[in-house]
Amino acid sequence: MLEIKNLHVDLEEEDKAILKGVNLTVEAGKVHAIMGPNGSGKSTLSYVLSGRGGYRVTQGSATLDGADLLAMEPEERAAAGLFLAFQYPVEIPGVGNMTFLRTAVNAQRKARGEEEISAADFLKLVREKAKTLRIDAEMLKRPVNVGFSGGEKKRNEILQMAMLSPRMCILDETDSGLDVDAMKLVAEGVNALRDENRGFLVITHYQRLLDHIVPDVVHIMADGRIIRTGGPELALEVEKNGYADLLAEEA
Amino acid sequence: MAAPQSKERAPVDARPLPEGGAWITAARQAAQARLAGVGLPQRRDEYWKFTRPDDLIAPEAPRAVLFGGDVPEVFGTVDRVRIVFVDGVFDAGASDDLALEGVRIERLAEAAAQDIHWARDLYGALEARGQAPVARPLAALNTAQARDGVLIHVTGRASKPVHLVYVHASETSDAILHHCIRLDEGAELTLFETGPAAARFNKVLEVDLAERARFDHLRIQGPDHERRAITHVFARLARETVFKSFTLAVNGVLTRNECVIEIAGDDASAHVAGAAIGGANFHHDDTVFITHDAERGESRQVFKKVLSNGATGVFQGKILVKPGAQKTDGYQISQALLLDEDSQFLAKPELEIYADDVACSHGSTSGAIDEDALYYLRARGIPRPIAADLMVMSFLAEAVAEIEDEQLREEIMGHFEAWLERRRG
Repeated sequence: MLEIKNLHVDLEEEDKAILKGVNLTVEAGKVHAIMGPNGSGKSTLSYVLSGRGGYRVTQGSATLDGADLLAMEPEERAAAGLFLAFQYPVEIPGVGNMTFLRTAVNAQRKARGEEEISAADFLKLVREKAKTLRIDAEMLKRPVNVGFSGGEKKRNEILQMAMLSPRMCILDETDSGLDVDAMKLVAEGVNALRDENRGFLVITHYQRLLDHIVPDVVHIMADGRIIRTGGPELALEVEKNGYADLLAEEA
Repeated sequence: MAAPQSKERAPVDARPLPEGGAWITAARQAAQARLAGVGLPQRRDEYWKFTRPDDLIAPEAPRAVLFGGDVPEVFGTVDRVRIVFVDGVFDAGASDDLALEGVRIERLAEAAAQDIHWARDLYGALEARGQAPVARPLAALNTAQARDGVLIHVTGRASKPVHLVYVHASETSDAILHHCIRLDEGAELTLFETGPAAARFNKVLEVDLAERARFDHLRIQGPDHERRAITHVFARLARETVFKSFTLAVNGVLTRNECVIEIAGDDASAHVAGAAIGGANFHHDDTVFITHDAERGESRQVFKKVLSNGATGVFQGKILVKPGAQKTDGYQISQALLLDEDSQFLAKPELEIYADDVACSHGSTSGAIDEDALYYLRARGIPRPIAADLMVMSFLAEAVAEIEDEQLREEIMGHFEAWLERRRG
């Protein structure tokens, strides 16, 4: 479903190579995890896939269901079914969470040539999804992410994911800044969305998130490349021995 | 539509005074003398450094084509008394009955024919006080020349808002209106003003608040692209009064809104806020002068402008704290969101303080749309133009939040959202 081939990416401003030939395929119905030390390029990969500015692809390709992601605007990628749960969700004062969600849902529907969702159906859907994530009515009314705690911001990301029901979900360090309870709640939200038609790419520094969102495949990324691929046991190995051993092996 | 003023080619300050009763003739003559004393604004005047007065003082109003599109009625959901002026001329047929409990509403044109009227103490009086320390010649011109407007005496709590609807129908209309509002002790009134008014519009609003009175003012200027307007609000606040004014301005090639507030009684509060948005030859100037001349006064100025395609925004805001005005709390912020590098924001914030126990602050910024926020919205599938409009709403939110009444706030935001949507096409 998501196919990344020999992806090379530079930072636009510094002419510095960040990704140096990433190869990765995520199949529908599977959860892949990418682990790696800080600065290995994990987050850059998520930004490049979702279309953030400031990066230059020098080589390689990334497709979703055969469509060239790299040729699309960020909103087109979203409409094509790609979703990135941000590590640092952005605060947008003055724009209500509900307005934001409804605008996003309808924009994607419009882009796919579907009818806009009615106000009543939207309300019903958002209440239902919010309830399982323990997001109350007050949080839905507030401006997007403004005054939200770390846990609330991440739950809000998962709510957006649930509302947009994407084909391919990328979670960028969703566990950062979360306590155990919040992490469980977020993981439950993600697990509820696991589906044979949907793929996940979970980017994380620590293994602990993967206790709750159990991956099918684990990749280790270092210096802009994937250096090891294995099963869930690879994550446990990292937890036990750290990245140093793996990096040493590679060297 | 008759617009006799536009037929005259004499300089605006040499037009003959309108006929009227003794009280108004005295007020008009005094204003004419004030105008003669200070002269019309010149480009070299410091107070007009950022805004060219030429179009405002030209003998004839520059032509302004009418806004083509349909504009939905504003405040349509609010029960209110509508008073309609078409190109500055009262339209009785389109207006509601002027009866309102606790409020006496008269037309200036009718009151001016009388020899004596309660408004003699107010008409031109606050304008005259507002001429120092900075001259406001176009306000004096207005007092001298205005033939119509409304005179409102509020004796209690008005049961519904008064809505002045300004319709623009002629491409060459040159409208002058002068309104006076007197609020007795504890009286309350909400005033709406909406519409493009005329090709050129000169309006003065004088508001005198007696103790514990409250005045809420909501104004929407626009959406005609070529309209020009110079407006003044003069307010005097007695003890424990509340004055709140919010203006949303869209389009217009030249708008200057001056607001001159005198906090004369202790524990009074004045909030003035504005949100303006326009592109290309849009020029929008907010000039505010708040004088604290009493203790424990509180004032806020919150002004936001969204500028694109070479538009210009101006803010001149002053807080003057007179000797003895202790415990004054003055706040002022002016910000511009520049959607491109061709647009500019010119700000001149000023504090002048002669009391030693006050808290006053001011700030002014201009910046571009936050790219991270834009990317976040787009990553959720929201196309760039809609995402940019959401960021515009976000930017203006702080100013709009100054509208206390939730229903009215939502009414204004709904109107504005619809306008953005039409603009995107």
